[in-house]
Order: sequence, then structure tokens, then C-alpha cells
Amino acid sequence: MDTVISVRNLNKTYDSGFQALKQLDLDIHKGEIFALLGPNGAGKTTLISIICGIVRPTAGTVLAGGFDIQQHYRAARGKIGLVPQELTTDAFETVWATVTFSRGLFGKPRNPAHIERILKDLSLWDKRNDKIMALSGGMKRRVMIAKALSHEPEILFLDEPTAGVDVELRRDMWQLVEQLRERGVTIILTTHYIQEAEELADRIGVINHGKLVLVDEKNALMQKLGKRELHVQLVTPLTRIPEALSALPLTLSEDGLEITFTFDARDEQSGIAPLLRQLEDNGIEFRDLRTRESSLEDIFVHLVHESRHDETTPGRESA
Amino acid sequence: MNFHAIRAIYLFEMARTWRTLLQSIASPVISTSLYFVVFGSAIGSRMVEIDGISYGAFIIPGLIMLMLLNESISNASFGIYMPRFSGTIYEVLSAPVSYVEIVTGYVGAAASKSIILGLLILATARLFVDFHIAHPVWMVTFLVLTAVTFSLFGFIIGVWADGFEKLQIIPMMIVTPLTFLGGTFYSVNMLPPVWQTITLFNPVVYLISGFRWSFYGVADVNVGISLGMTVLFMVLCVGGIHWIFKTGYRLKN
Repeated sequence: MDTVISVRNLNKTYDSGFQALKQLDLDIHKGEIFALLGPNGAGKTTLISIICGIVRPTAGTVLAGGFDIQQHYRAARGKIGLVPQELTTDAFETVWATVTFSRGLFGKPRNPAHIERILKDLSLWDKRNDKIMALSGGMKRRVMIAKALSHEPEILFLDEPTAGVDVELRRDMWQLVEQLRERGVTIILTTHYIQEAEELADRIGVINHGKLVLVDEKNALMQKLGKRELHVQLVTPLTRIPEALSALPLTLSEDGLEITFTFDARDEQSGIAPLLRQLEDNGIEFRDLRTRESSLEDIFVHLVHESRHDETTPGRESA
Repeated sequence: MNFHAIRAIYLFEMARTWRTLLQSIASPVISTSLYFVVFGSAIGSRMVEIDGISYGAFIIPGLIMLMLLNESISNASFGIYMPRFSGTIYEVLSAPVSYVEIVTGYVGAAASKSIILGLLILATARLFVDFHIAHPVWMVTFLVLTAVTFSLFGFIIGVWADGFEKLQIIPMMIVTPLTFLGGTFYSVNMLPPVWQTITLFNPVVYLISGFRWSFYGVADVNVGISLGMTVLFMVLCVGGIHWIFKTGYRLKN
């Protein structure tokens, strides 16, 4: 498979002394959707910022579309579109003006037809003559995507594209990502939401404390991450799990008032119904139920725990 | 050269000028007109001629310089400070543009605006006082050189400033006093000898003197030195900007 971005031995130490990236290696394949997961301060934004030219690397090399991002920055950056995490837009310009500006900035001749298509794709066409400051947060997010797409990039970075957006916009965003993939655009997105990665990504990378903890095909990874838990609150405490239920993956809380049942989210039969029948059959009364997905945080706790011996710096929000 | 980018930045910045027409064009023209009314027509009629030039005419080059310096600095510093402040600078930094292109776009727009203003004030002055321009080509040369130089200087301030008050401080605390003391309203020769020497350390003296020479053919200091000092300051500013982009100072981590 063709590699479109190749990161080698990338290090970044900020002036404050904070080491945001440590010897990071990563290959992104052409045309794939790559999801970069990680807690705040893990280095996601630093990594993206270096590839896009906003932050200088301390050491290491990055090739984008085969071009070194420092020596051949024009060729490299021309292929990249970036939608940053923060909602940073102009205020007094119109939507049309700001998107037209972006295209020019990236060295492309004017093409009103292309801009029109982008604005229509993003449901911004009606707002094209509105000042950006008059738009809602969700609309501003769309404007930022429109800007990033204005110069027809081959590689698109979406840094937390769905943080704080409503359900409708999230769905639109996902749809857009799919459309772009069909056109052959490589997409790298960062997210807190496993669900989002599950929905979209071909491959997933987990970054923590400036290192890639793992990179895997989504399907393989979901096997490991896609656990769900059912918590059953009991009316009367149990001292132990009854013999009849011992075959099930159950654990009992210390106070004996809660049973936790772990199951695979992707199985057609979750096993919840049979469990509840068996509880009833055994005369165990319960007053409440709740299910919980194993969160990214759980996974990080686990991953960090595994590699604790070589970790000293706590996570920090990167610039 | 990424000409599309230069054009995009330039037009974007000029659009800001047209959008805020009243504030960016009308107010400097009005305030300079007030100087002409007060110092040119009212008080000027009671002043003796300086170097054979009526007082009202004498102050025109200085007043244009006063406005030109302040406007160039504030246009250019605001132009680059705003995207830093709002965060939209990310786009410029991630674009396939060299720093020469970025500076050409921002500084070019800022200087254009000041030059337009300078010419407008010149036209306004004509309504109040009679004057002629001895060396029009040199007049335009000084106008353009000064506008570009101080727009470069403003760009540096806009990168250096980390708050709106810092954006104001250099024009207010340094440039305006230097302009007032640099011979806008008087000839350096009118000062006592000690102050004449001290005044020569004020770089604005050379700008005003050279500019006035292009109008009336008389100057406090040799016009060659004036030109040299202007170019020298421009070279220093270009050096400063080169350093900013080389080190990423306040633009890149």
C-alpha cells in the first residue's frame, strides 16, 4: 500500500521543557481513514501541527506526499488541509470571502464553482454572504472545514472534528468523511470517541505521553476495546455469585450489592436477557440496571499501567 | 512565488480597509485637517515665514509624515496581530507560502493604505493652503519608502505584541513624540545649538527633512543623508522580520 505520510523518529520538546513527542514513527496509507486516539495532552495536536507546519519539530523527519515538510514545504503543505480543534475563524468577513481567501493562500487560482460546491456540500450555501461572527458554533465548524477543503487537498486532518457539535452535524461530518474517502482523500482524524473511530476509521493509532502505544486495523482493535458492561444493582446483598451463575462472566462488588456482567458489544446476542432470567430463577431481586461501554479512559489506564516503568511525565494539554 | 497567496492576503487586508472606511480613511483625514485649520490658517497667518515658506505650507510635509508613520505602524501591526489574537494565523502558517510572500501581502496592504491616506491628506491640505511640490518624483519616493519601512516596523510590533496595549504603546510613547520633536512644526535650525545636535539622534528628523525638501527644496539635513537613513531603517526592519521567521519568534513553537 502506498504511504502518503511517513513520520520518522519525531521528537518535540517545547521551550517549557515539556516533551510532547518521543521518537514517534507512523505511516499513513494513501486513501485510508486513520483515527488517532489519545487523552488530552497525549501529543495528538502536536503531531498534527508539526505535519502541517505550525509547530517546528525538535528532531525527526516527516514526508507528506513524498515531500519533506521542511525542505519542500510548498509541495508538502499544498497537499494538506487542516481543520484545527479550536474554533478559530475571522469575525467580520463573509463565509464566501474567507473560503476564497483560503484557496488563494494555498496557491490555487480562483474557482468559484469549486467553492460553491463545497459550500453546498456543507449546507453553507445559504449563509455565504453572512458574516462569520453571526454564525452558530456548528456553522463555524463547517466554515473551517470548507476552508480546509477549498484548495482540494489530498490529505485532510480533522482535529477533534466532533467535539462539542450536535448530533446532526456529527452525522453530516461522518457522511462528508465518507464522501471524501470515495474521492481518494486520505483522512487523519483525532477523537475522544471510540464510537467515532469505530464508525469511520480503517486503522486506529493510540497515542499517549507522546508515544504511539499501538497502531492496528480497526477490526483487530475493536476486538480488544469493544467490551460492554452491565451493572445490576441488587436489592439484598450477596455474599458470593450463586453456583448456577458461575459459568457467566460475572463479578460481585465488595459490598455484594452490584453484579457486573461483561459482554462483547458486537455480538448479536448480548446475553443480557438470559442473564436476567437466570437472576430471577435464582431469586435474586434487582432494582436498577445500567450498561456502560468500556471507555477510552479505561483503555488508557490499562495501557499506561502496562508501560508505567518508562513513563514519568504526566499528560498536559499541548499547544 | 505563490502569487495567489500574496494576492489573497493583500485583498483580504484591503477589504478590511474598505469595510472600516470611516475609521481607517476619514478619521486621519479629519484630524489632519484640524491641524491645518488651527496651525495653518488660524495661527499660521500670524507666524513669520520659515526658509521663505509660509507656515501653513511649511507644516504640510511634517503633518503628512506624522500621519504616515502612525497609520503605517497601526495598519501593519493590527493586520498581523489580529490573526495571532484570533488564532486564524494557523492557516497562514500551514499554507505553502514563504515568509517573503506573507510579509509582502500584509506589509503591501498596510503601506498601500497609508499611501492612499497620505495623498488624500495632501489633497485636503490644498483646500487650506497654497503650496507647490518642487520634486514630485522624490516626494512620491519618500512617501512610498516611508510607508513601506514603517509598515515593516509595524509588522514587527504586531508579532511582538502580546496584548492590545502593547500594540498602542510604541506608536504612542515613541513615534508620536519623535515626530513632534522631529521638526513637524518647526525647522531644526530654529533650536538652540545643543538641541540641534541632540535632535539629530531622532531618526524622524531625517524623514521629515527629506520629505520637506521634496516639496520646497529646503532641508534641515542633507537629502542624501535623509534617504540613506530611511533605507537604513528599512534594512533593519527587514533584518528583524527575517530573524522573526527564522526563529519562529512568537509565531511558531
